[in-house]
Order: sequence, then structure tokens, then C-alpha cells
Amino acid sequence: MVSDNSHNPAEEVRIGFFICHCGVNIASKIDVAEVAKFAETLPGVVVSRDYKYMCSDAGQDLIVEDIKNFRLNRIVVAACSPFLHEKTFRTATQRGGINPFLCHMVNIREHGSWVAEDRVTATEKAKAMAQGGVGRVRRHVALEKRREPVLQSVLVVGGGIAGIQAALTLANAGKHVYLVEREPTIGGHMAQFDKTFPTLDCAACILTPKMSEVGSHPNITLWAYSEVIHSEGYVGNYKVKVRRKARYINEDECTGCMECVEHCSFKTGVVDDEFNVGLVKRKPVYMSFPQAVPKIVVIDPLTCAKLSGGKCEESCIPACDRQALDFTQTERVEEIEVGAIIVATGFKTFDAKRKPYYGYGDFPNVYTSLEIERMVTSSGPTEGEVVCRDGRVPKSVGIVHCVGSRDHQTNRWCSRVCCMASLKLAYLLKEHTGAEIYNFYIDMRTPGKGYEEFYERLLEEGNHFIRGRVAEVTDFAMRPEEENHLIIQVEDTLSGYVRRVPVDMVVLAVGIEPQADASVVRRLFNISCSDEGFFLERHPKLAPVSTATEGVYLAGCCQGPRDIPDTVAQAGAAAAEALALLDPGFVEMEPMTAYVENELCSGCKTCQTMCPYGAISNDAERKIAVINPMLCKGCGTCVASCPSGAIHQNLFDDQELFDEIQEVLAHA
Amino acid sequence: MPDTYQPRILAFFCNWCTYTAADLAGVSRMKYAPTTRVVRVMCSGRIDPQFILSAFAKGADGVLIGGCHPGDCHYLEGNVKCLRRFRILQRMLVDLGIEPERIRLEWISASEGGKLKEVINAMSADLVRLGPLNLPDALRSFDAEVLKEETEAEVQELVTIP
Repeated sequence: MVSDNSHNPAEEVRIGFFICHCGVNIASKIDVAEVAKFAETLPGVVVSRDYKYMCSDAGQDLIVEDIKNFRLNRIVVAACSPFLHEKTFRTATQRGGINPFLCHMVNIREHGSWVAEDRVTATEKAKAMAQGGVGRVRRHVALEKRREPVLQSVLVVGGGIAGIQAALTLANAGKHVYLVEREPTIGGHMAQFDKTFPTLDCAACILTPKMSEVGSHPNITLWAYSEVIHSEGYVGNYKVKVRRKARYINEDECTGCMECVEHCSFKTGVVDDEFNVGLVKRKPVYMSFPQAVPKIVVIDPLTCAKLSGGKCEESCIPACDRQALDFTQTERVEEIEVGAIIVATGFKTFDAKRKPYYGYGDFPNVYTSLEIERMVTSSGPTEGEVVCRDGRVPKSVGIVHCVGSRDHQTNRWCSRVCCMASLKLAYLLKEHTGAEIYNFYIDMRTPGKGYEEFYERLLEEGNHFIRGRVAEVTDFAMRPEEENHLIIQVEDTLSGYVRRVPVDMVVLAVGIEPQADASVVRRLFNISCSDEGFFLERHPKLAPVSTATEGVYLAGCCQGPRDIPDTVAQAGAAAAEALALLDPGFVEMEPMTAYVENELCSGCKTCQTMCPYGAISNDAERKIAVINPMLCKGCGTCVASCPSGAIHQNLFDDQELFDEIQEVLAHA
Repeated sequence: MPDTYQPRILAFFCNWCTYTAADLAGVSRMKYAPTTRVVRVMCSGRIDPQFILSAFAKGADGVLIGGCHPGDCHYLEGNVKCLRRFRILQRMLVDLGIEPERIRLEWISASEGGKLKEVINAMSADLVRLGPLNLPDALRSFDAEVLKEETEAEVQELVTIP
């Protein structure tokens, strides 16, 4: 909004131009002194300086002092991207005593020196950019940031360890948290693990207390078996719709006694148990695992004989002494309002079938690392017994690293956790079976506290490590000792030989990749993805848990592969960012909204159809358009569409842009 | 200045995708032709066709518009509004005798620093091949042909709008 006490437009424009060397980042490719000298000749420029580091205190003080000494009323800083230091220089401008929006940044580093090969052309380009900035800043007017209240609740999407940690941190700080989880229970991948590396803590022992705390916390509303289906609004004021799928169980009545599961008409499991990655079958009525939170069973309508329209004894109904089964239940949509959103939607593992030459799905004794994880768990389908699908206890196991990862045919990235997870499984498999363990690796990547030491321990304990990418897993025996074995063929790049290693069991260390529906979730919350499909942080170092959308934060593997300690730390950081947003109670909104110049508006309503947020309404009496600044997000689409030129956008007004276009092109 | 011809591309980049991609290209130290002059807008939907006309009238050899991929717009669908205007304008400009290579719309997401580099280099090569546009002169002869009775002063006014 244009404030009344702003700079008087009739006043003489006095511009200060400041160009930064950024050490050698800019100065090595751009002759900054020459650009400064050039800028001095531009109309309105009163003072022009270059300085080693404009963003340093001394650099900022230069601006502050010059504003006072030269009565400057416009500032242009030619330096890095406005994404980095626009705030810094606006604040410095304000400290100098003038409105912060009278400052403009010209990006001569990211768009200039860093992409330039030739110093002469880079300097000329910088001059043109400087002239564009000087041209536009003349039109700048004083603006005020609007304050909006912030709702004191947070939505956490995803109930894995990241979501759990973020939710608990926020809830303990006194904020109300809605934790939405797609599966029937929270816990995520960590709940499926047996032990955690490198300490070999029992995963359940450290996770389940946190899960119960979530379930019973007075500040947490836990909606498992639910999905976010819609989100709208803006920082501090998001409106979210959550679909709560029908469990066919009265949640208030169910105690999780499992009597209904016991008495289901199906005496054994009929469908792959998702929690045990298909190693066993489950019944249509089930609980993912005994420590599930919420501790409530769920009925899968696709396989339940009654719900899928078949004949059924309905023996589960009388089995429940609390009459909790409710076959008439339908899904509900809840609407909530939150101030911030933490996205912690996790990952999926690489589908090993995409590497057909490793034989997953063809040879029964080829497993994924997640399947072994379930198998070695004492509460798992085999109660901790390691047996191959053919009933043998393996005497030798080959663990293939980097399945799907570090591979230009599939996923180029390193999944970060598989080396350590494979070492852990090597340890556990040896402990459970006494088998010979062969690790096939490209590089061992064990950076982390106690990780390298764990690797050394495994080396000392007589595990075999063979360096080389496995070419093939086959059952084609070429020698007598290979009969009835799976043979792992690999080029041992340390000895230079092609080896054939016969084993009883093959474990594929499958990598981490984005969830299949990551792009749906991304659009739901208006956030971006990096190339590989993980959600994009605002800045990898300066804002690693923030996104380009204010008030939406990231935690866990949805942002990129990471292990449990890093995930927990990141989730804490995301919770802290959300707290920092919520705690002041208000948020300052960028002033780049659009407004209507009433005298010029003809009331044609063209703009109304353009606005994606319904921020523009029609004043029937005055026959003009009215823009609600609370709803306007400042895209400027209506401004471009107005046939009368009646709509203006703060900071991006027509005249500012026309002048920038003209001036940026004026320098040859 | 090198003696080779360097075209000038006025680049309108949306804040969230293509401007960020250009930042990424910089951070990744990708080298590309020094031909672009970037004007940042919040959304490609903000780009008034008059901006593009003005860029050509003020001496740009080409205009590049960078926005988010369809479906990824930070403002839901501003990029689609931009596409609609772009299509009409490009047809008009071609009718006016401006080669279609001189105006280009590209969807470049925040992570596509490499694509940004490719696009700028490809467009720069196209423009080098086409040579300078010199629209101010071209418009002058066009106007002289269509509006013979117009005075030179009025033509000048047309050229400089707004």
C-alpha cells in the first residue's frame, strides 16, 4: 500500500549506487570500479561506490552514512541475488532513514560474473543491468508491509519419525498440531526396522515411546488413515481439507484387543501384509503391528467379504464386546485452519524389479533390504528367524549395495543410508545365522558419528567386502560348487578379476527415491521439486527446511535421502521455523499487491476472471473493480490484463517495468 | 568489446521458477552467452504484451520469457495466462515481419539451471544467425508504408511508446 507520509514524488530523485566486489566472486569477472564510474554518469545518481563486501557491517554502514550525507532517497545495490540479501539492504536503507522499498538490487553475481567467461562483455552486461536498476528505482515509492495475524496451530503431513518429532516439538511448545498420516498407524519406515545403525539400538524401543506420546498428547490431533486433499490460503492462514478414510471401526470404542481379527471368517491371511512388505498375508481386518498408534484395527473394504459384497458369517461382529465394528461408516472430510504446514511425507524404496539382472521376483532367495529388515525383527513374520523362501537357513549371504542408486540408468543420486544399513544387516544376518557375508560395494560411504568405526568393526569381524558393481545374479552354475546356489557375478575392481560368488541368499540394498505421488503433494502445497523429484528447499544452506512458499516447511526424506539422526535434527529445525513464524502472533506480508486506480477503471470485469484467488470483486454501485489486499498474492496477472491500465502493482508497476526495459536496453 | 556480434535478449523471468533457475545456473558456475538482460516479475502472468513490444521497440534483438512448467505455477495458473497472450502476440509479430525465433517462451523450473543455459545459448545462436533486429528502423519503414500521410514526428511517437 502506498502510505501517505511517503516520499514526495515531486522531490528531486537522489540515487546512491553501490556495487559489491563480493571478494573476487564479482570483481574477478566484472570491473566493478568501471561500472561504478559508469553509474555515476546516469541521471539521478548522486554518489556511486564500489566496496569489497557490501553485505558486511561496514558495507551496510556505507549506505546508511551516504543516505544521510548525500540526502539520498533511492538506493541501488549491484551485488548478489535478491533472494540472498534484498532483506539486508532494505534494512540498511531503513536504518539510513528512508523507506526500505526505495532500495533495489541488481543481480550481477548469479546472473553476471558467475556465468561469464569474458571480463569485457561481463562488465558491459553489468553496466546495462546497473542502468536498468537505476532506471527503475526512480519510480519506486515508499511502501508499508501489512501485518496479518497468524493462526496458532500447525499441520504436520506424514507420521514417520520426521513428522512425529516435528509434531512433538511443536506440541511441547504449546502449539496445537494436526498430524495427518496416510497409513492406519504412524511410525513410517522406522517402525519397520529392527535395529538402527551404528549403535544397534532397537528401533521399536526408541520409536514406540514417541509414538504413544503423540497418541496421548493433549496438543496433538492425530488423524491416521487420512490424507490431505486440498490446501489454500497464505502464510499464517492456511485452510486445509483432510479426507479421513473409513476404518469401518468406531474409533472411540475400539481398544485394539484384536478379538475381531481372531474371529474373522477368513481363518488365515488373504492379502499381502503391507507392513511386512508382503512376506506374509494379513486378514481383511488387521492392525499393522502390535504397537500401532492409534491402537485401532482397520477393515480393508476390498478384501472384507462383507464389504466387498460376498457372503460372510460376520463372526467379527459378536466377537467385539464393545460393538465397535461399524460397516456403515463412510469417509469424512474435515476442514482445519492452520498457521504453518510441515511436509514430512517420506520416501519409497527403489523397486528392485527395475534391475531385472539382479533377479528380484525371479529367484525366490533374492530379497530387498526392507524384507530382511522385517525378517530379522523378533516381532516380524518369522519371529526373527532368517530362512530363505525355500526353507533353508542361509550359509552364505551376498549383500548388493547401490541397487538403483548412483546409476545413470535409474537414480543418479547416492541414497546415503544404504551403506550403513547394509553393514547393519550384515551384522544382524551373521548374528542370526552365522553365515558368511559378502558385501558388494562401489564405494563405502560411512560419514557420521561412529559410522566409520562400525565399518571397521565389521571388517575386523571377518565380513567380506568386494569392490565392484554387481553385473548379474544368476542360478546358472558353471562349477560344481555353484550348484543349487545363486551366483553373484562381479568385477572385483581392486584385484582386477571377474569373480563368481555362490551364495544362498541375495540382499539388494535398495535406494531411496521420492514417493510415487510426490508431484501431487507438491502441487497441493505449492512447493517445487529438485531434478530428482525430492521437494526443494528455499536455500540449501541458508533456509534448508523452508520452501519457496512461506509457512510451508520440509522435514525428512521427502527433501532428500538422509538417516534417522539427520531426519530428527531436520524435523526439529522445521518445528523451530514454524514456531518462529507462529510465536509473534502476526506475520508481515510483502507489499507487492495490486490495487485499482478507481478513476481509470471501466468496470469491464476482465481482471476478475484472471485472479486465481478470487481477490477481485465488483463494486456494483460504483461499477468498478475492488481488490481485497488480504487475498491478493501479488502475481500481477490482473495488472497485465487490464485494458484500461487501471490496475497497478506495488514494486512491479507498469511504469517501473517500462523504464527498466528501456534503460536495461539503452546501454549498447 | 569483442568484434563478434552480441545480440541483446530481454529476458522476463518469473520470480519462483526461472529467476531461481538463473540463480542456480550462477551458483553452479554454468557459463552462457552474455546476451541476456533479466527483468524480474513475480509471475509470467504479469508480462503485459506491451512489455514485449516495448522491448523490441527499445532495441532488443530477442525476447525470452521464462515461467514455471504448466501445473507448477506459484500462482496456480499465471503461466497459462502468459501462454495465451504469448501465442497471439507471436503470431502478430510474425505478421509484422519479426522472425519467430526472436520471441521465445520456455518453461524452466527452479531446478533447471542447465536448461536455462541451453535455452539462452540456443537463442543467442539463433539471433546471431538472424543478425540485429533494429526494430526502431524497421518500424519506421513499416509505418511509412502503411501511413504515408503520417508525419515523421507521429511515427517517432509510435516508435517510442510508451
